[in-house]
Amino acid sequence: MQSLNKMWVFPVAWWLVWISFQGWFLFHSGWNVEVAFADSLVSNILLAALCTGILYSVQYNRPDLKRIVVLFAGILFSSLLWVWLCAQILTGIFDTNPDYAEFLEKTQIIRFMIGFFLITLFALFGWISYFIKEQLDEKNRANEVIRLARESELIHLRQQLQPHFLFNTLNSVNALIGSNPVAAKRMILQLSDFLRGTLKKEDDKPVPLSEEINYLNLYLEIEKVRFGNRLNAIIRIDPEIAEHPVPVFLLQPLVENAIKFGLYDTIDQVRIEINASKKDPFLEVRISNPFDATTTAAVPGTGFGLNAVSRRLFLLFSRTDLLDVNSMDNTFTVTLKIPLSYV
Amino acid sequence: MFKVIIIDDEPLARMVILDYLSEFPDMQVVAECANGFEGLKAIGQHSPDLIFLDIQMPKISGLEMLELIDEPPAVIFTTAFDEYALKAFESNAVDYLLKPFSKERFNKAISRWKEQKGTTKGDDISRTLIAAMPSQPEHANRVVVKSGHNIRIIPLDQILYVEAYDDYIKIHIKDDCFLKKQTMQQTEALLGDKKFVRVHRSFIVNLGEITRIEPMSKESYIAVMRDETKIPLSKPGYAKLKSMLGI
Repeated sequence: MQSLNKMWVFPVAWWLVWISFQGWFLFHSGWNVEVAFADSLVSNILLAALCTGILYSVQYNRPDLKRIVVLFAGILFSSLLWVWLCAQILTGIFDTNPDYAEFLEKTQIIRFMIGFFLITLFALFGWISYFIKEQLDEKNRANEVIRLARESELIHLRQQLQPHFLFNTLNSVNALIGSNPVAAKRMILQLSDFLRGTLKKEDDKPVPLSEEINYLNLYLEIEKVRFGNRLNAIIRIDPEIAEHPVPVFLLQPLVENAIKFGLYDTIDQVRIEINASKKDPFLEVRISNPFDATTTAAVPGTGFGLNAVSRRLFLLFSRTDLLDVNSMDNTFTVTLKIPLSYV
Repeated sequence: MFKVIIIDDEPLARMVILDYLSEFPDMQVVAECANGFEGLKAIGQHSPDLIFLDIQMPKISGLEMLELIDEPPAVIFTTAFDEYALKAFESNAVDYLLKPFSKERFNKAISRWKEQKGTTKGDDISRTLIAAMPSQPEHANRVVVKSGHNIRIIPLDQILYVEAYDDYIKIHIKDDCFLKKQTMQQTEALLGDKKFVRVHRSFIVNLGEITRIEPMSKESYIAVMRDETKIPLSKPGYAKLKSMLGI
């Protein structure tokens, strides 16, 4: 910003040079110092004011045909106004000098041309600075988009590679290898498929709901082995929307949240229900788990992965009303809405 | 013969420990527990020499369970990944095992315990752990207390005030109070400084429960709670309270 604030130095210096040049030129054309520099000062200070005005008025708007026409008329008008004003002021000052009055009269055309040229030049500068600024902004915006995308990717990675899940699963495999090698094998394969699923999918590329459900099932199978008969999961999908595209990885964190919340908030059996149906104009997924209202006072919105999901929804749809949480009768329900228009 | 209890909510995780322990004829597993409640009961019943304890468990965590035992047994923690707890272990625990762990690593933990036995008091360990507890966000919004044979989980916003009571603290909620072996300093850290303020050497109050502050005598004040309880304010306590209430 420092360098931008100092930008006024250049036009001021330029105008000083220009004033000196015109004064010197007039002086050498035979006018005395007083007349030469009064002429130069008056006409150029006025011109500088007009040029600055034009410069500022054009540099905030993208030029289009209408603006160019208006500006052209403006430049024409201000050049004429400038010549007229200069004549008024200078004849006022030097009204006793008929030679000078004649000189003014004669040079009106050339003055007009100089004025028109300089004002146009400044207008062009204004436009150039507008385009430079626009390009900078564009670059900043692009950077911001990249930054947000990276952030969401990080959130998503954090969501997927839950170290707790991974290590506990490996621990279960470790236990099964001795006692039940077949089950250990199956679990290793399920875990591999699950991890591969988290790695191969391109971020934010839609997949059919059924694919997400398959992925969810892998996850649930692993968790069922870990928690034994404590965990029950029921998935109901309306066949009408089974192949509808949804964003990847939105469901798994929500189900993980439900399992964690359910399993750690009660010592009994836990039943997780997942229902997907069409609620025009949305594809609605409801995930519910039991919880103990007497000991869990607040809605556990934070720290349970819901925030990450809601942030991703915002990045995808620019909406904040797509994720809803509700707790009633010891059941905690998360409702996810995905616009049916999503492809 | 040493008595051992395994406390873990995952059956397969208990199986690993059981399997590894089968090589130690001098260790007898007297109970297997799937949560902190069962754990407490079993510990009370058997007075074990050693417990294997998972941290993340249903309802109350392994650390919260330990808090409820006045004379905790020696503990070897078994956990998958718990950076908060790890910090606490570094100085003082018998050992902690990161799941999955090898038989060699497990045996090392057992020999470490046998070496330390008699020199380290289990009590010291759990106190150190509890001191590190507030950094655990999942536990920071509640306290676990014992009332008779029941265990109660109290959300922090239900606490009216906490009073020092010798080695214990007395946690007052609406129409009831609970004793817990914990220092005021630990309690202060646990409750945080957003909604609670230590207004006196012996009192921590819930800011939202204060209805007014009244002068008691010259230069001394009391806070009157919503239920009309009067809490004495120390001089620095009064100043702190005033600045927190913005008066």
